[in-house]
Amino acid sequence: MPSSVMPTSIPPQSGGHPSPAAVSTVGLRKSYGDKTVLDGIDLRIPAGSVFALLGPNGAGKTTAVKILSTLITADGGQAQVAGHDIATSPDGVRAAIGVTGQFSAVDGLITGEENMLLMADLHHLSRREGRRVAAELLERFDLTDAAKKPASTYSGGMKRRLDLAMTLVGDPRIIFLDEPTTGLDPRSRHNMWQIIRQLVSDGVTVFLTTQYLEEADELADRIAVLNDGKIAAEGTAKELKRLIPGGHVRLRFTDPAAYRSAASALGEVTRDDESLTLQIPSDGSQRELRTILDRLDTAAIEADELTVHTPDLDDVFFALTGNTDQPNKPNQPKETVR
Amino acid sequence: MSTLSLAVRDSSTMLRRNLLHARRYPSLTLNLLLTPVMLLLLFVYIFGDVMSAGMGGGGADRSAYIAYLVPGILLMTIGGTTVGTAVSVSMDMSEGVIARFRTMPIHRPSVLIGHVVGSVLQCVMSVILVGAVGVAIGFRSTDATALEWLAAFALLVVFAMALTWIAVGMGLISPNAEAASNNALPLVFLPLISSTFVPVDAMPGWFQPIAEYQPFTPAIETLRGLLLGTEIGHNGWLAVAWCLGLAVLGYFWSKSVFDRDPN
Repeated sequence: MPSSVMPTSIPPQSGGHPSPAAVSTVGLRKSYGDKTVLDGIDLRIPAGSVFALLGPNGAGKTTAVKILSTLITADGGQAQVAGHDIATSPDGVRAAIGVTGQFSAVDGLITGEENMLLMADLHHLSRREGRRVAAELLERFDLTDAAKKPASTYSGGMKRRLDLAMTLVGDPRIIFLDEPTTGLDPRSRHNMWQIIRQLVSDGVTVFLTTQYLEEADELADRIAVLNDGKIAAEGTAKELKRLIPGGHVRLRFTDPAAYRSAASALGEVTRDDESLTLQIPSDGSQRELRTILDRLDTAAIEADELTVHTPDLDDVFFALTGNTDQPNKPNQPKETVR
Repeated sequence: MSTLSLAVRDSSTMLRRNLLHARRYPSLTLNLLLTPVMLLLLFVYIFGDVMSAGMGGGGADRSAYIAYLVPGILLMTIGGTTVGTAVSVSMDMSEGVIARFRTMPIHRPSVLIGHVVGSVLQCVMSVILVGAVGVAIGFRSTDATALEWLAAFALLVVFAMALTWIAVGMGLISPNAEAASNNALPLVFLPLISSTFVPVDAMPGWFQPIAEYQPFTPAIETLRGLLLGTEIGHNGWLAVAWCLGLAVLGYFWSKSVFDRDPN
């Protein structure tokens, strides 16, 4: 039966050395009937980092989490979590992970405290240790006042916090968070972000899924964009932004004469005669900015306003997922992209 | 931790969880108790004269029919309680916390064992309550020795365990509570076509083999024999065989359904 020994539980922040992979997959596949949900997923997530799997509804994010957390089995491919193969050593994986799902995995019929003690019992903590850990986590997640109430009476944010608190009872080294902030109000969302950042500073590896670009940008070291069961792109937020064109410098004028002479001085520009603004393609680097400013100086023109626009993840997302969407999935819900 | 001690520890944790549920929400259990009590009162006080007139060559009186009826009603109580088990298992499986259990390094079948042990305890409680009603309206064991009482109790527990494992399987394959209570219908229907209310030899000839060899009748006849001193004959072995067979079948069926990928 499962030994609770875990190969990757070497001190997490040993600094400097290349971290071992907390999660790695090769060609992970899953289909339901003739619908392919995951179509060959390759991932490598270093220990101690935050990884975000970003994608619209139905992209396969939850399926990926379910497979990696041993809830369901993959149809093909391989995956290792915390050094254990998910197919041959699921109990090794289970001993190392914690999962907080999209739909709260709390027992609604019993109180928050009873939920925590249930987890403590299942992790075979002594009665005293269990009580201590439960009280500590309830306190940390601001649930002490509600501890004696049935979990079904909790608000969405409280349920999510209880869910995460229950996950932490086993002191997991890898935590899967499936859409941790979906359905939460902005305040609870920021609260949850705070909690996730704190987990990371404790050296935990976080695998989160989200449909919010802002969330991935805020939290993740690396982001993979999942679309239609495939990884459309992977990298840091910065790297992803560099993948697509769209960066530019924008100059706004109030004097039409200055506007016209600037347009001719700069050459390759996009003109907007109505608002008297010019867009110059640029990566926003110091050198390109200087070139633009030098040209304006030479022509003795002064712009009223200069802004540098770098592509945000929304642009990346649209660029990466937009093309493949139209032909295959006309019913792709539009509101999933914020 | 060895497999066995892990199993025992996790199962008792799950049992505590189920008992907590049952204590907080006792309404389901109480509803299921109503049916056997109503049937007991109905057959004794409303149909009682007709039923006893038809028994034992017409000479039996009402108290003899009470004696005849109660053992069957007790086993019927177990059948009804296990319908509640099927419903609560199917409801439980739709809870997110079950998905959490599946991703934890615990002894997996303990989730089911917790339900079974909890349900058997509920059956025992129900049988005691319904039995008390039986005693209140005049049921008396005529010549049971301490050993026979013990055997009767053991029979009830083993029978409850066997039906519960089947009920757990029924709950697992049911997508919701309604489906579960439909799927578990045989557990309340079988006692109606057993020797609970009338002796098998009073039934039509073609039907007698069905009534005689289905799981309830041998258990009822064995219980009657233990409490009232009637002839048990081959029913004792039949009852034990049914209980073991159903328990083993229910266990492996439930386990294989639970080990499948959830939706």
